[in-house]
Amino acid sequence: MYAQLVSTEGMKKPEDMTPEERAFQERIDRGEKIEPKEWMPEGYRKTLIRQIGQHAHSEIVGQLPEGNWITRAPTLERKAILLAKVQDEAGHGLYLYCAAETLGVSRDELMERLHSGKMKYSSIFNYPTLTWADMGAVGWLVDGAAIMNQVPLQRTSFGPYSRAMIRICKEESFHQRQGYAVMMKMAAGTPAQKAMAQDALNRLWYPSLMMFGPSDKDSVHSAQSMAWKIKMNTNDELRQKFVDQTVPQARYLGLTVPDPELKWNEEKGGYDFSEPDWSEFFDVIAGNGPCNKDRLGARVKAWDDGAWFREGLVAHAEKAAARRAPIAAE
Amino acid sequence: MPSLPDMTTPDVAELARSAAAHTHHTEIPKPDAGQEAFFEVLLRLGDATLILGHRVSEWCGHSPALEEDIALANVSLDLIGQTQMWLGLAGEVEGKGRSADDLAYLRDAWDFRNLLIVERPNGDFGHTLMRQFLFDAFHFELLKALQGSSDPRVAEIAAKASKEVAYHLERSSDLVIRLGDGTDESRRRMQDALDALWAYTGEMFVADDKDREVAAAGIAPNPESLRAAWEATVRDVLGEATLTIPESTFSHKGGKNGVHTEHLGFILAEMQFLQRAYPGCNW
Amino acid sequence: MSKEWPLWEVFIRGQHGLNHRHVGSLHAPDAEMAINNARDVYTRRNEGVSIWVVKSGEIAASSPSDKGPLFEPANSKVYRHPTFYDIPEEVGHM
Repeated sequence: MYAQLVSTEGMKKPEDMTPEERAFQERIDRGEKIEPKEWMPEGYRKTLIRQIGQHAHSEIVGQLPEGNWITRAPTLERKAILLAKVQDEAGHGLYLYCAAETLGVSRDELMERLHSGKMKYSSIFNYPTLTWADMGAVGWLVDGAAIMNQVPLQRTSFGPYSRAMIRICKEESFHQRQGYAVMMKMAAGTPAQKAMAQDALNRLWYPSLMMFGPSDKDSVHSAQSMAWKIKMNTNDELRQKFVDQTVPQARYLGLTVPDPELKWNEEKGGYDFSEPDWSEFFDVIAGNGPCNKDRLGARVKAWDDGAWFREGLVAHAEKAAARRAPIAAE
Repeated sequence: MPSLPDMTTPDVAELARSAAAHTHHTEIPKPDAGQEAFFEVLLRLGDATLILGHRVSEWCGHSPALEEDIALANVSLDLIGQTQMWLGLAGEVEGKGRSADDLAYLRDAWDFRNLLIVERPNGDFGHTLMRQFLFDAFHFELLKALQGSSDPRVAEIAAKASKEVAYHLERSSDLVIRLGDGTDESRRRMQDALDALWAYTGEMFVADDKDREVAAAGIAPNPESLRAAWEATVRDVLGEATLTIPESTFSHKGGKNGVHTEHLGFILAEMQFLQRAYPGCNW
Repeated sequence: MSKEWPLWEVFIRGQHGLNHRHVGSLHAPDAEMAINNARDVYTRRNEGVSIWVVKSGEIAASSPSDKGPLFEPANSKVYRHPTFYDIPEEVGHM
């Protein structure tokens, strides 16, 4: 998902917990929200910083593949819709950074960790957007996959994260729909448009499945995160749900999901489908995706080129405050 | 073939007009002069917001701070919305069934009527903000006057747009002041931007026959009438920003008559690519 | 590292005359810019008619460890709630 492979401390058994830890876990089990100033295990705090930070980074790096097409959008209305959507992603990054900041890390520090490669962002944004149909497919598949994860995260145990997710989910509701609307136009359009739509689905299908991360049903890290309610479902559960939801949507468009093994399994009440190529996933995570260098480079450039701007405004604010302050302290 | 028009000659307007008259639209019957001038002036409005909206949108995802990224996208969205209204009305006035999208995506550079300043490259963030401020100050006065247009459609669009642009101007003047009166570096960058853009401001206030014709009909103001208020705003803001207004009164011209800088062709190549490569599609 | 823009908490009063509500936070060099930024970040969907901002560091908050003494005593004051009182139906709406 937007936060993939977030490592956490191993899970403790109740008998190994300190009384504070046990009381903390009981609060979470009762469905209480944990607020920033309250006591929390160090592992909970650290895991959340990693997870929320990675989620925030994914939002702002995620602006780039779609931002790519804003200046090439085919109509004024499409341009406005796409710009509004990519702008929302900046907003979502902003909300999430603020949520992370309540845990005692600053936004600039998180940016620094992104730029130095210490923190990651979702693998999906290291794939290129090559045609206009990708604007449809990204909204439909990538936002669709993200929503699978984000909707349950509205109930996460950490108050600021939960509140950010509520706001994000509310705003996201048009994102997937606008993507699907683009796909509908393309799929019902000229043969060239339909071919473009199929090509986009072919390229983005498996990377979208990778967004959920490798199977974690046996992972102790995931078990701990789930006990803390900062991860709400296993990766496999969400992936299955995504496939089950998306296949009929593809069929409606008259497009073919690029998986010859895909078939309905009556017994489990869901589709059987092929796993993505996980070696490709680990390559992308390691920095060898088609766009890793470009994406991170663009973020670093924006940050470095903007330093004078941020500093200029701070300097002005300080000057203005000094001018307003009484000259008493002499 | 005549040599290419020199954008610095004062009769560039005549050159552009004659070039335009010789090269296209010859097969279409000429509408009455009033309507033609009205159409032309609507293109000047809509093309300016289209091209500036496009330029500003190039920042999305690349701004110096998230808050700025979001704010700039709002400006761009306002400008795109205004483009839809102005070019939509232009198509209506022209009466040939062209939509706002047809006008935006299917004309070549010589048919564009925007001021040159809006097609200037973004440069650094200071350059973008200075361009925005100089244009906003003009745009604000223009829309204020257009609200009193004798054409109710124009007055209505102007009323909606002027609320948006009042905020654009508030924001851009605030940032120009802060960065002018910020660090040495921010001041230097803002002064460089002002020096580079100043020669593109004079064009805002040059009136030609079409402007005068439309002004006489009470549809739009004569651009010359906007200069004093613009100058007052610009002097105030730049003064507070501790920036120095260049002494030169030289001005590049031509955009309003379809003679552009080299940059517009590249903007259009990018913007119009899909419509040109796959003509006649629904998107 | 250069100086970071301070964090601000944003409160917005919506269309319907309710109190200002906390909607989130953002960064800005000073209060005036925080208000502008709040307008751009938090009212994109027509959410508000008035904005307050306050520096996050300047908010005084109750301590989480006082939660019991501060809030639990209110639990037992059931007589403060209208449903505590039985009013006969024939009296009508009250």
